[in-house]
Amino acid sequence: MSESSVQAAAPVGTPLPLIGKSDTKPTWCPGCGDYGVIAAIEMAVKRLKLPSHTVVLVSGIGCSSNLPHFLSSYGFHAIHGRALPVAEGIRWGNHGLTVIATGGDGDGYGIGAGHLVHAMRRNVDLTYVTMNNQIYGLTTGQASPTSMLGQKTKSTPTGVIENPIDPVSLALASGATYIARGFSGDVKQLADLVAGAITHKGFAFVDTMSPCVTYNKINTFDFFRQRVYKLEAAGHDPTNLVTAWERSLEWGEKIPTGLFYRAERPTYEELEEVLSAGPLVGQPAGLKGRESLLDEFL
Amino acid sequence: MQELSIRAGGAAGDGIASVGEAFSRSLSRMGLNLFGLNAYQSVIRGGHVWFQARASDAPVHSQGDRVDLLYALDRQTVEVHAPLLAPGGIVVFDPEKFSVAEGDLPKGVDAFPVPTLQLARKYTTQPILQNAAGIGATAFLAGIPLETVQKVLADSFGKKKGEIADWNLGASGDGYRYAEQHHAPSPHAVRPSGPAKLLLTGNEAIALGAAAAGVKFLAQYPMTPASSVMHWMAAHSHDLGIVVKQAEDELAAINMAIGASYAGVRSMTATSGGGFALMVEALGMAGMTETPLVVVEAQRAGPSTGLPTKTEQGDLNLMLGAGQGEFPRAILAPSNALEAYRAAVEAVRLAEAWQTPILLASDLHLSENYMTIDRSEVSFDVPIPSLYQVEANGNDYKRYLYTPSGVSPRALPGQPGLQFIAGSDEHDEKGHLISDVRSGLPHWVAERTKMMDKRMHKLDGLRHDAPPVLVEGAANPSLTLLAWGSTVGAVRDAMVQLTAAGIPTRLVYPRTVYPLDTATLVPLLTGPEPKLLVEANFSGQLGRLLRSETSIDLPDKLLKYDGEPFYPTEIVAKVREVLNRVRK
Repeated sequence: MSESSVQAAAPVGTPLPLIGKSDTKPTWCPGCGDYGVIAAIEMAVKRLKLPSHTVVLVSGIGCSSNLPHFLSSYGFHAIHGRALPVAEGIRWGNHGLTVIATGGDGDGYGIGAGHLVHAMRRNVDLTYVTMNNQIYGLTTGQASPTSMLGQKTKSTPTGVIENPIDPVSLALASGATYIARGFSGDVKQLADLVAGAITHKGFAFVDTMSPCVTYNKINTFDFFRQRVYKLEAAGHDPTNLVTAWERSLEWGEKIPTGLFYRAERPTYEELEEVLSAGPLVGQPAGLKGRESLLDEFL
Repeated sequence: MQELSIRAGGAAGDGIASVGEAFSRSLSRMGLNLFGLNAYQSVIRGGHVWFQARASDAPVHSQGDRVDLLYALDRQTVEVHAPLLAPGGIVVFDPEKFSVAEGDLPKGVDAFPVPTLQLARKYTTQPILQNAAGIGATAFLAGIPLETVQKVLADSFGKKKGEIADWNLGASGDGYRYAEQHHAPSPHAVRPSGPAKLLLTGNEAIALGAAAAGVKFLAQYPMTPASSVMHWMAAHSHDLGIVVKQAEDELAAINMAIGASYAGVRSMTATSGGGFALMVEALGMAGMTETPLVVVEAQRAGPSTGLPTKTEQGDLNLMLGAGQGEFPRAILAPSNALEAYRAAVEAVRLAEAWQTPILLASDLHLSENYMTIDRSEVSFDVPIPSLYQVEANGNDYKRYLYTPSGVSPRALPGQPGLQFIAGSDEHDEKGHLISDVRSGLPHWVAERTKMMDKRMHKLDGLRHDAPPVLVEGAANPSLTLLAWGSTVGAVRDAMVQLTAAGIPTRLVYPRTVYPLDTATLVPLLTGPEPKLLVEANFSGQLGRLLRSETSIDLPDKLLKYDGEPFYPTEIVAKVREVLNRVRK
């Protein structure tokens, strides 16, 4: 076995540390929704018994994007909006790793929206958990791409006049193969959704309503508690694309959470022939012995 | 010495690039050195395109100044290019398409009508076959053996044999024999000169060098003149086990490459100025997270969309300053295909050794034009060290450990016990943020300074590890030329002309444009002889860098920003002008 398949190289029976908290404490405001999200991610990864050195958390910039620092796995805290292309590159460099991208609504649906659409259509086998608080928190309260019409913020003192992005229907249109909405007020459900996302083969997306207790006084924990209902309990069949579309359009007095849609489709890594020989990181490199390659230039 | 330049011109869609490649490959297979210039416009059909193949048994560094044979597919080609024909020159044209009068041509230049369409009609009514007849006729005038040019044409059809390949062979033979019966060969006709040489573009050389140095991942977004790096890599992806990803934009391309590199795979992206402008923020992230990365910046004439199919060296300022804040980088600037191959190998090595982004500065003139290399000069025996450099040893792994060189031991995700966060925020030795709750506190203020010093200290190492300054020409020159990148080619050819005219000159060529090896450059650029800076940009960007790093000001500049490459005679004329002024 090549040294590249490090993550599989540990002798069977050797206990390898599972993911846990790092020695850096979260810096989020007391009561921030992101505490629920990090708890759910930790629970899900532990439940799946993934050793911490085989997991890479990738994020962009924003309050929620500090998340990788607070867990004991590998992490890449990238620049604003670019978590997904970095995460894709890591997957293609070593698809033996479990890659979980995290970040906020500004990071993923604003500056990074272009990457989101393409990562989804590629069906890259990674998990993307957003902490959607419908506001820019770290920059002290400007409108985000998911801020609701009419919401007054520092950048929209007379109210938002742009229609918000609906991440779930965007994901349906873009070709993600696991599409869920979580609520950080329901950590147990969220952990189930994240565990399902990690085990899913393909692009798994968990849009998580994660209230900002400081800058968004509209979309609060209470706002969601009064509105959320579980798709599973409502008898939604996540393999039905048509009803998934219908449910994705619900946003108002009732807000569905749970798994909207799940499909089986070959992943990018499965379709990229070069990766069929194993993780790229362990494949031979260079052109030694390939001198005949020069014949094409003669 | 034998030397011959063939130029072919016509409208876009006439197949000029294929005609030019047929001449070029025939001549390189005859063992001649060659420079093939492909001049085109940013349109698929229409517009004027031309190709010049300049061959010699002496070194050839540029397209040169002379045209000996002109194969004109349209009247415009005669109007545009005939003035460049030297006495003894020949214009090949089809009288069925247009006429060429004696007054259209310079003195001593001959118009040679060849019925290419008529010859082709024997096989098909498709007009494109006229090129085979034209190639054959011109090849005879050039001294190219019929079997050589026919083998090149046959090879260009690859395994797709069949009647089209047969027609091309037939028509080229007919054209060849027509010329043989109706015209004498050019006085500059060439003879075979040795074993076949490799013929490749700068971009092909870069891709080949990167692969030889162990690059396994390329993410790129199409942009002229960088696209053919991706084309070569994609064509060889399965064969060589290289993942080639066409990204949704340049932002994604560089971030994907950084991700793959973080995972332990030697990674590269390539683009031109506009795309590089988009990559700037992520370039800084590679510097901050100390992730190795090679970025090929194939410049074209700017600003903005500029002249997409024309050359320039206008992005040096951008490459020097790309990214907010300060982080170490190196900029390598090869001047020809062989140097491009070697620079790519070096860029990959330097990126890994110094864990920082390395820029490989090319430009359209180098990236897209054809040059020859002796096969023996290309070695695939490139050391590719394992990237598994550290093992877990207790709980004290520090990804960003302070070291004398500034380079810290790098763990790869998947290695047990070495988990760390690669952060675009400022961080301590363990990778922990010092950007928020710690920022501004006395201990962390000092740590920030230490971490900046650690990263920036790599520049000192890079300065000594990157390709050194090249000095060529006379030891006691009448004038010293300073140039970088593809411009060096025309300078080298100009120096040959100047030497022949009894004017000894010297070239100073920093192959690493940044960090500048000032200790070497200062004595070379402070001698008593006049100096001339030659750059393909408006403001003399290398000159400005030199001035800021050494206080040396080079007031005499030959700057060109019309999108066209330098011609040796332009440089010769400027050297003479400077010398005449100084002597007065």
